Amino acid sequence: MSIIDIKIMEQFLLSLMAGIFIGGVAGYLGTLMLSKKMALVAGPLGHLTLPGIALALLYGFDVSLGAFPFVILGIILIWLFEMRTKLSMEALTAIVFASGVAVAFLFLPIEQAETALVGDISEISFLDTLITCILCLPLFVLIKRIYFKMTLINISEDLAKSEGINIKKYNLLYLFSIAIIVALGVKIVGGLLTAALVAIPAATARNLSKNLSQFSLGGIFFGALSSFLGILLFKITGFPAGPLIIIVSTFFFLISLIFKKV
Amino acid sequence: MSANNINDRIKDMENLVLRVKNLNVDLEKEEIIKDLSFEVKKGDVLTILGPNGAGKTVLLRTLLGLLPYRGEIHWMPGIKIGYVPQRLPFIKDIPLSVKEFFRLKGTREKEVKEVLSLVGLNDDFLNKKMEDLSSGQFQRILVAWSLSLNPQILLFDEPTTGIDIGGEETIYGLLAKLKKEKDLTILLVTHDLSVVYKFSNYVICLNKCPICQGSPKEVLIPDILRKLYGEEVKFYEHHRH
Repeated sequence: MSIIDIKIMEQFLLSLMAGIFIGGVAGYLGTLMLSKKMALVAGPLGHLTLPGIALALLYGFDVSLGAFPFVILGIILIWLFEMRTKLSMEALTAIVFASGVAVAFLFLPIEQAETALVGDISEISFLDTLITCILCLPLFVLIKRIYFKMTLINISEDLAKSEGINIKKYNLLYLFSIAIIVALGVKIVGGLLTAALVAIPAATARNLSKNLSQFSLGGIFFGALSSFLGILLFKITGFPAGPLIIIVSTFFFLISLIFKKV
Repeated sequence: MSANNINDRIKDMENLVLRVKNLNVDLEKEEIIKDLSFEVKKGDVLTILGPNGAGKTVLLRTLLGLLPYRGEIHWMPGIKIGYVPQRLPFIKDIPLSVKEFFRLKGTREKEVKEVLSLVGLNDDFLNKKMEDLSSGQFQRILVAWSLSLNPQILLFDEPTTGIDIGGEETIYGLLAKLKKEKDLTILLVTHDLSVVYKFSNYVICLNKCPICQGSPKEVLIPDILRKLYGEEVKFYEHHRH
């Protein structure tokens, strides 16, 4: 094997690792978001990150880093909309997040549009991969820690409150987790497809699960597996990895419909 | 004031589970509860009685700290409350076994088995899906859920909702039994008069503003009931045996 081959192989393994970590945690968080009927929120949030991704691409820094302040802005907007107005998420999506896309395209060089929109994990650096994996682990622990309490909140805020659960605190931790996963997710599937990264594995797991542990483990499993196979297909076919991950994920979902427990 | 009197008062204070004074709740500028005051002592079974839309559920939710209010609500410090909601419509969106439903609260399996047997369900229910339960079984699970981790007071929101007559009988039979076995204080909301006579020692009639309160025999006289439910509504006479 030549040095170039080894480099290519190394790069491939880095992409796989980052993909599997992000995919697994996104699928896990997705099960919580599906329970809260918020699975689609990652979509508009992803769109809102586009100006940040555009800046990152222009100035050559990490896209997740560029995305992060924008996703925090999005989380604050969601919070404000939920607390202060009676406007629905739909209106929020239509007004604010679409303008994220619009702003991004004012200054995003067109040749880099693909990376911004559907991600590019093929050239992820060792350091990036390391940071991604290191971020994913505590995020996973955080989600695991809030999982039961968030599920109770999703079932009934009244019941949760009667149990002395601080709903605001848990919602904040939950939104924070979404922010991180969206910022990481744009790395592999871009600003357009982040919703799919969290929603589809969770929906697949929902179809196949009889209880909560199957559901949450299923989210992790299908999230990680879709990323793994998507990146593998990218290696074989040369099509962009982001869309391939989502297509694999959708394929699993379609299969799950056949086995769906009625 | 004599020493005895003071002792009595201290004892009263210790027995006081909840004190509500001049409670007012407005929602979207509409007055829902007006100037309500009452006390709940240890071992009381207090019923909040009133027609639909009288503000009963609002009162329960306010007591739980879920709604803004004016006035005073004082719970006994450190009290553990078990809340049994009317319905849990969103629970069907989440795949959840009975065992997992209890795990959300942090109840250990050993205790889950105990509270399940208290409400007349066996261990086979542990692995059943919540969405597969009949409405009667679901209600029992909710009661068991609220009973786990040893609350001192149970708050019930219309425990009869959605249960057939047979089930309804057993839910109240069950409550009476639980009260004896667990030394509970119970606060329940209902529009069902027969429950009040059978089961509670104190009643508050509520139709936005408080109409009456006291022991059921004292306060539930025809005049009051007419005032509570309107002229047209027939009331059930209770039978003194």
